[in-house]
Parts: sequence; C-alpha cells; structure tokens
Amino acid sequence: MTVTTEIPPEISSEANPAIYHGRIALPGDRWRRRLLIGIVVAYIIILILVPVTTLFPGALSEGIGAALTALSDPALWSAFGLTLSIALICIVIHALFGTMLAWVMVRHRIFGRKLLNALIDLPFALSPVVVGYMLLLLFGRNGWLAPILDALAIKVVFALPGMVLATLFITMPFMVREIIPVLESLSPEQELAAASLGANGWQAFWRVTFPALRSGLIYGVVLTFARALGEFGAVLVVGGGIQGRTETATIFIFNAMEHRQYVSAYSAAIVLGLFSLILVVGTELLRRKGNSQG
Amino acid sequence: MALSSSRLNVRKARPRVPWERWGIQLAAFSYLTALLIIPLAVIVQDGFQNGPIRLWQSIVAPVPWSALGLTIWTALVMALVNAVMGTLTAYVLVRYTFPGKALLNIVVDLPLAIPTLITGITLVTLYGPQSLIGAWFKNQMDGRIIFAPPGIILALLFISFPFVVRTVQPVLENLDRQVEDAAATLGAGPFKIFWRVTLPALRLPILSGTLLSFARAIGEFGAIVIVAGNIPLRSQTAAVYVYGQVESANRQAASAMSIVMLLLAFGLVLLVDWLRRRREL
Repeated sequence: MTVTTEIPPEISSEANPAIYHGRIALPGDRWRRRLLIGIVVAYIIILILVPVTTLFPGALSEGIGAALTALSDPALWSAFGLTLSIALICIVIHALFGTMLAWVMVRHRIFGRKLLNALIDLPFALSPVVVGYMLLLLFGRNGWLAPILDALAIKVVFALPGMVLATLFITMPFMVREIIPVLESLSPEQELAAASLGANGWQAFWRVTFPALRSGLIYGVVLTFARALGEFGAVLVVGGGIQGRTETATIFIFNAMEHRQYVSAYSAAIVLGLFSLILVVGTELLRRKGNSQG
Repeated sequence: MALSSSRLNVRKARPRVPWERWGIQLAAFSYLTALLIIPLAVIVQDGFQNGPIRLWQSIVAPVPWSALGLTIWTALVMALVNAVMGTLTAYVLVRYTFPGKALLNIVVDLPLAIPTLITGITLVTLYGPQSLIGAWFKNQMDGRIIFAPPGIILALLFISFPFVVRTVQPVLENLDRQVEDAAATLGAGPFKIFWRVTLPALRLPILSGTLLSFARAIGEFGAIVIVAGNIPLRSQTAAVYVYGQVESANRQAASAMSIVMLLLAFGLVLLVDWLRRRREL
C-alpha cells in the first residue's frame, strides 16, 4: 500500500474554486449543492412568493384608479383604525403583565411550573374560533357572567372589549416567550450589585433589568402586533363583524371577498400585508444587525 | 461612618413581609387566570354539561366526524412535507453560501407576517377555478385544488413553513462538524454521513418543529375558510365546523368539537414542551 502525499488535482483549491467554509469540496459536492439549493429555492418560490405576488394583479385588475378609490373608502379606514386600537391595547397589557408573568416564572419557585409553561403556549395551538366561542360562552347573552354584565350595563360581546379579550388570548405567548429567555440569561448579580450600591428594588429593576429586557420587549411587541393585525377567526366570532362597529381590517377584507368586491379586498390585503411585513422583516433585520455587532 | 452604613444595611436586610413578591405574583396569576384559565374552564364545563355520552355522540355524528378526520389527515400530510422541506431548507441555509441567501432567510419569515386570511385569498387567486392553473387542472385531471383537500394542504404548508426551519436552524448551526468529518475519514459517503450522523442529531428539533406546525394547522381558520369553503363532508374542517355551529347557535355541537380541539391542542403543546426539555438535558 502506497501513501500519496500529493493532493489530487481535482480537489486542490486552484482547480476547484467551490471551496466553502474552509472545506475541500469533493467532486460530487458541487452538483449536490446546486441540486439542494435549487430544490429549496424552487419550493419557496412556488409555495410562498408566487402566491403573494398574485395580490397585485388582483388589486390593479380595474386600473390603479379603482384601487385608489377602494383604498379611500372610509369603511376601510375605520376597520384599520379598529384593528390598530385593538393591537395597541393588547401590546400595552401584554408588555406590563407579560413581563410580570415572565419574571415570576423565571425568578420565583412556583408550584406547577412545567404545566404553566405549557399553558402559556396553548393559545398558539388552539383554534381562534374556539377562543372566540369561549368568550361567547363567558360573556354572551346566556353566558356565565351575563347577570353581572347586565347589572353594570357593560357590553363585551359584539363590542370592543370582547375583541380585545379575544386578541389578548391569541397573542398571549409572544411577549412572555420573548422575555423569559432574556431574564434567564440575566444574572441576578447585577441587580444585587445595584442593590449593594443603595438602589431600591424599583430602581434596580428600572435601571439595570429593564434596559437588558429591552430587546426582548421590542421583539415581543412586534410579534404581538403582527399577530393582532392578522387575527381573524376569534374577533369574527366574538365581534360578529358588524360593519362600522366591529369590523376589523381582516373582517373588512373577508366581507369584501364575500360581496365580490375584489379590488377592494385585494387593495386592503396589500396594505395590511405590507404593513405587517415591514414590521416583522424590519425588526428581524435590526435584530440580526444587533447580533452581528454584539 | 463605614460602620454606621453597614449597620443600616443590616437593618434593611432584616426579614420582612415580601409584599413586592406577593404583589407581582398576584398580578401575574390574575392575568393568567382572567385571560386563559377562566375561558378554558367555561368551555370544558359547557361541553360536559349534558354528560360525556352526549358529548361523544355530538362528535361521532357524520358531519363533525368527517370534519375532524379531514383536519387531521390534511395536517398530517402537511407535517410530513414540512418536516422534509423544512429540514432541507435549514440545511441549505446553514451549510451553503450562495447569492441571495440573506434574502431567502428573510422570505422564510414571510408566512409569519402575512395574515392567514390573506394567504387564503392569494391561493384562491392562483389556483381557483377562474385562474389559469385551476382551469387547466379541472380540464386535464378533472380535479380541483381550491374547495378541496389539496388547497387546504397548500394553505397549511404556506402558514407553517417557518416552524421546522426555525427550530432546526439554530441546532444545525451549533452542531459540531468534527463528527461528520470523522465519518468522512472513515469512508462514509455524503448521503450516509447525513443519514447516520447529521440527521440523528437533529431528530428532536425536527420532531418538535413538526409537531408545532401540526398543532398550529389543526386550529387554522382564516386561510381554510377561504380556500376550503364550507362544504360539509367534503371540505369542512373542524375549525370551520365550529364556526358554523356557533353561527347557527348549536351550542352542544360547538362545545363538543371545541373540547376535542382543546384536548388536541393541549396534548400537542405538552408533548412539544416535553421534547424541548429533553433536548436541553
């Protein structure tokens, strides 16, 4: 058996420029690589990109003027306004209470932590229709809390509070899930150091812990916001989709489809889609930039 | 001076009633109870109101039973395709560099940003009976994509694409490549290396990503209601069935199916959670 020390020409770097990650590419590697990349790119283009682009011809099928007229519809703007206000309320509540819940789950020793951990993820897997229906059972005409609501003259179902509750349920996991890992990676020593320097509990939180939580909070806010913008099933069931009163952006699009006002449906879908797209992609880019700098 | 300040600290550190701790726990648990636990309790109570036999009967009736079956088999097909394609996508994104890779990495997140209702609309536009592809499909194969199971599967594939990719990707990035190199020096071919070395290391993340997408698919409504329509026994999924029963005020049927969906969702979430903890060990 002879041992050759000479590198065969086909795998030397001069002959084969396809060397990646500082590794020597074997002859068959280049074709396998091209094939795999080709399959993935084709899959993503067919499955995701092609369908998304169909919105544009749909919106412009009757000319750009018709699309602009559809976009200036006051019903559309009131629907978008309603969606935005629901999303903002959800963000504020989740930012406040979600942080507290994450704090309790990371820092306190509590009974049933594992079960709680799974429970927080439940809204992610539970159908939005079921969520809306649960709220109907609770707050509806014959619901559990109907006597109290009647006595106080509060309207929850087919009104804003019910839609906010439904969206709160649906978006529950996002903020908590973003903050828990940040809190876990944060050692309590920094807070102890702040305390030893004379900071009280509140100051230690506000000056030391909160700045560290900021990136998690921002991402949690964006994910909550994007999910709240797109929520459809739960707000439809609990809100009823009454035009001008409980019609959110997604319900507006749904109703426009049902009434065959396609230009209106497609134009609104583009606006809503672009809005959440910019939000999510923008934050993702910011996060990557932050990661590469840190 | 130093002495007095340290004495002050000692007095401060004296055991006291942990109001702050209790306050924050109270707030956190009220939030959880009001938002999650009470609504969940209500639906369980309502479903079992007329006894478990009545509940069972409302589920095995032909229409809800076929809706449940359709939901599960379409979600299963999606999960299998997604497991393969998601793993492949993660592999390509981690192991290869090529022009447009950064863009591709962003496109993976696109389904998370687009409301599922809009996903449904785009698929109807592309594959619906009025579209070129839909018409061709109808003439050549006498089949339909929209208002039928293929449309449901396409919609689910679109929505759940990021899940497997994003759970496998970080694990693959942190994988020690020396084991693969060792296998290569021992004479294993690239396919064998992937099958015997790389894939076993990715087993748990692939499984939890796939289960996550399966769980998400079972409850999907916005995209399905557009793509599948609402044809009982043919293209009606469980979520669309619940919606129909709620609209027609059929409380028993709506609660029964809701409980089944709740149990499925909770079971899957517990399973994913358990897998995640096993991975961390």
